Order: sequence, then C-alpha cells, then structure tokens
Amino acid sequence: MSAVLTPVLNIQKIREEFPILHQQVNGKPLIYFDNAATNQKPKRVIEALTKYYQNDNANIHRGIHTLAERATRAYEETRLAMQAFIHAEHSEEIIFTRGVTESINLVASSYGRAFLKEGDEIIISGLEHHSNIVPWQLIAEEKKATIRVINITPSGEIDLDHLKSLLNSKTKIVAVNHASNSLGTINPIKEIIALAHDFGAVVLIDGAQASAHLPIDVVELDCDFYCISSHKMYGPTGTGILYGKKELLEKMPPYMGGGEMIKNVSFTKTTYNDLPYKFEAGTPNIADVVALKEAIEFINELGKENIAAHEHELLVYAAERLREIPSVRLIGTASQKVSVQSFVIEGIHPFDIGQMLDARGVAVRTGHHCTQPLMDHFGLEGTVRASFSVYNTKEEIDSMIDGLKRIIGFLQK
Amino acid sequence: MTINETQDQIISEFSLLDGDMEMTVFYIMELGQKLPEMNAPDKSELNEVKGCQSKVWLTCRMENNGLHFSADSNTAITKGLVSLLVRIFNGQSPDDILSADLYFMKKIGMERFIGTQRSNGFAAMIKQIKMYALVFKSQLTAH
Repeated sequence: MSAVLTPVLNIQKIREEFPILHQQVNGKPLIYFDNAATNQKPKRVIEALTKYYQNDNANIHRGIHTLAERATRAYEETRLAMQAFIHAEHSEEIIFTRGVTESINLVASSYGRAFLKEGDEIIISGLEHHSNIVPWQLIAEEKKATIRVINITPSGEIDLDHLKSLLNSKTKIVAVNHASNSLGTINPIKEIIALAHDFGAVVLIDGAQASAHLPIDVVELDCDFYCISSHKMYGPTGTGILYGKKELLEKMPPYMGGGEMIKNVSFTKTTYNDLPYKFEAGTPNIADVVALKEAIEFINELGKENIAAHEHELLVYAAERLREIPSVRLIGTASQKVSVQSFVIEGIHPFDIGQMLDARGVAVRTGHHCTQPLMDHFGLEGTVRASFSVYNTKEEIDSMIDGLKRIIGFLQK
Repeated sequence: MTINETQDQIISEFSLLDGDMEMTVFYIMELGQKLPEMNAPDKSELNEVKGCQSKVWLTCRMENNGLHFSADSNTAITKGLVSLLVRIFNGQSPDDILSADLYFMKKIGMERFIGTQRSNGFAAMIKQIKMYALVFKSQLTAH
C-alpha cells in the first residue's frame, strides 16, 4: 500500500465538498466514522441527482425522443465509467443491480440454479457479511449442495492453508470478500482466485468494502464475478454493479423477468435480450446510476492511492491512540487492512459506547455488523467499529478518544 | 408517592440537565448504577423482556398489596432506563399500575436520546410491567 506517500490531498478542501459534514449533532460538530456502512456524498453527486430529475428524466433505451436519448446516454456513460473503474474488458460485463446484496443473489440464483448439482460444494470464509452467506445457503439448500467455511486466524485473516485443504473437485463456487466490513482485513484475493481456478471453481468477490479504497482490476485478478455497491463509494444508495465474465454471463439464465430483458415476447416463446440487458429487467434506478458516475470521477480525480494513503494514516493513528487505553481490545489486527477498526472495551457494552459517542456527535457502528458467525468466532456479541473516509481527520479521532476516556472513567469508577 | 408524583419528580430532575445530551446519558447511567442488584439466578431467559435490543431482565413480587420490581440489563443505558420504571412503579397497586398514564417520557424528551429500536424496547418493558400487574390483580381477586 502507498502509506509512504507524502500527503497530497487537501482534506479541508475535500470536506467542503460534503455538505452533510457541516452540521451539529447533539450540540457538537458531527464526526462521521460509520463509513463502512455508507459513506457521505460530495456535492457533485447530489447535484447530479437533482440535475437529472430537473433536465433529463425519461425512461431509457426504448424512447425515441430527446429526453429518452439524454437519459439513456447518461445511464450508459456510467456503465463505461464503471468498466474503466474496474478495468473490465467489455462494457456488457457491467450489470447494474441494487448493490452487492442483489449482485450476489443474482449469481447464486442464476448461476447456482443452472450449474450446481447435488453434492457440489460452495466455499465461503468466516469473514463474510450475511449477504455473502445467506444467498449461498438458500441455493445450497435447494440444490442439496454443501457450504464449506474457511477458518479465520486470530488476527482476522483468511487461513489459506485451510482453504487449500477445502478445495476439491466438488468445489464449484468460492465466494469471499475483498475486504472485511467488520475487521477491515484485505484478503489475498488474487491468490484465492488462482487456487480456486486450479479446481475449476468460479470465484465471486464481494467488493463492498474495497471499491472506495483498493485498486480493482478484474482482468488482472482473473475473477469471475465482482460486486460493488455505489453507496459505499460516495455514490447514491440503491444501485451498484455485478461484474461477470462475458462467457459466464452469457450462459447464465435470466434472474428476473420483465421489460428491458427481452428480445421477443409471445405467449408460446420468449427470447431474451443480449448482455447486459438480459439481467436488467424493468426500469432501472436511472437517476442513481447517472449520479454514480460523478462518484467514480470524484474518486478518480483524487486518486484512489491518495485516498488510501490518507485513510491508512488515519487507521494507524486510531489504532495507536486506542492502544493507549488499557481496557480497549482491538479486534482485527491483520497486516493489510482498509480503514476499519473494530474494538471492544472491557466491561462496557458496545451499545453504551455507541450511544455515549453519539451524545458527543460521533457516529460509530455498534453490534455484529451483519457478521454474526465472525462475532461468534471471536466470542463477542458485537464490537464498536470506527471506519474512516477521505474527509476524516486525526483531530476527529482525538475527539473520539476523549469521548471513550470519559465513558470509561465514568463506568469503571 | 403516587405514580404521577414520581413522574413529576423525574421530569424536574431531567430539566436540570438543560437538554445536554452527554449529561443526560451520564445521568441515566448513574441512575442505573443505583438500581439494587438483581439476584443472579433471576437473570434467566424466563425473566427476559422480549423485544429489547439489549438484554433486560425484570421480576416482580407482591408485598402488602403493592408490586415490587427488580431489574437489570447488560447495557448501562438500558439499565438506567428500566430503573426509571422501577422507581415509578415500585410499591404501587396493580390497579394503579394498570391505569397509569406515562407522560414523563415525552416531557423529558426521551425520543431524542433513545432511537426507534430502544423506544420499542422501552415499550416492551412497560408492557411487561403491566402484564405483571394484571397477573397479580387476578390473583388478588381470586383470593
């Protein structure tokens, strides 16, 4: 990672781009550390939404009039921007969905239903979000396939030796995240993909926590499916993508039926549209897709490596300051991490910490972070999670630490 | 003290905090810390209030026709919140508890410091207390 870069971003100037940050919560300036749940939106994204509805709103692809043409062009421009963003070979490999959850469900339902057989195995890791667990459980139950789970090391990393021991000729799908939402661990996905391919399995990567922080090159990774949520990368909620290798997407049956995804419909036989439209039934979330392009450009203009360098500095600083407090235990200490730090404080419930910090205007996440199996693994009910974005500062971390010291002083007296 | 007198007392105490959220949360936790210790065996699944995000245990016994509550929670803020209810209802008759109109939450602006989730949990605690009152009332009339 590029932690050695000298700071090139003007963080104060970047903060000005985010209107939501300039408010008081409970009488204190807002400190937003819940970026792994959703990050905030720069003005240009918000303005793109308004502009779309004020000037260009029309249904896409079928209209012949000027507005329909404008809306279609804007929608398809985001597809091209996303293609470039993840270095996909073909634009039709980018399918717009509601986000990562829908993308994974799409693959589990469509690919899984078409190609899984009784006795096949699906491998996931112990680090997964529920959205990369439950869709596989649903299809495994239907197809009488088995789910195998890769062990996690004490520092919160995937145990690659265990993965090697799980892979076999029955392995059909391997689904892991690029970075863990609860712990921040960056997984060695290139290696995982290569290992899985040796056994002929396809690999799906949940990129929810990676898209705003890590370089993504789907060709270089050779991954079969990659999933992204717009709202975790400065874009609007309710949209995202599924990347799939063209040859895989072509042989997969449609996931949903409706308008847009058809070529010809009759009551005896319907033929399906080409990629990507085969998987985009119904009027899509046009406005949010259009505005997502601004989020991609925002990231490109700042430079993902610059964003990552700043966030890494914050992560290191936060871990250092948290370690000053004796009763704090850091959860997730992998050597490679995105800017997520989970922790617990001895004798104090995460809910209390979350609420106390909120009283000081600090927004953190508390609970199991939709990773209950991972929390069980650590023997925890939940953690407090602070996750940092490009607009956060060390002063904000200091303020969180002051808040933690106060609550500890009060409750452990 | 009647139910409403205790409610009024709570309202006046909270008004001293002047709407400062941090002070308010600290105060609630302090109230929780003052709640008499609950017997460990009583913290069982049977006594758990269903519908709370945190774990809350609540038991009730009758003495001299008044109900006496004992409660605990695994989170300090929720313990403080349930302590308010214990304080209001302790020693009251089942009839008074059943007909009680709880207005203190609104007056102290409780929705500001407990989110939607906790509001539902708080409502579940009140419901549980009224259930106990109903059970003991029916026992009284049976005797």
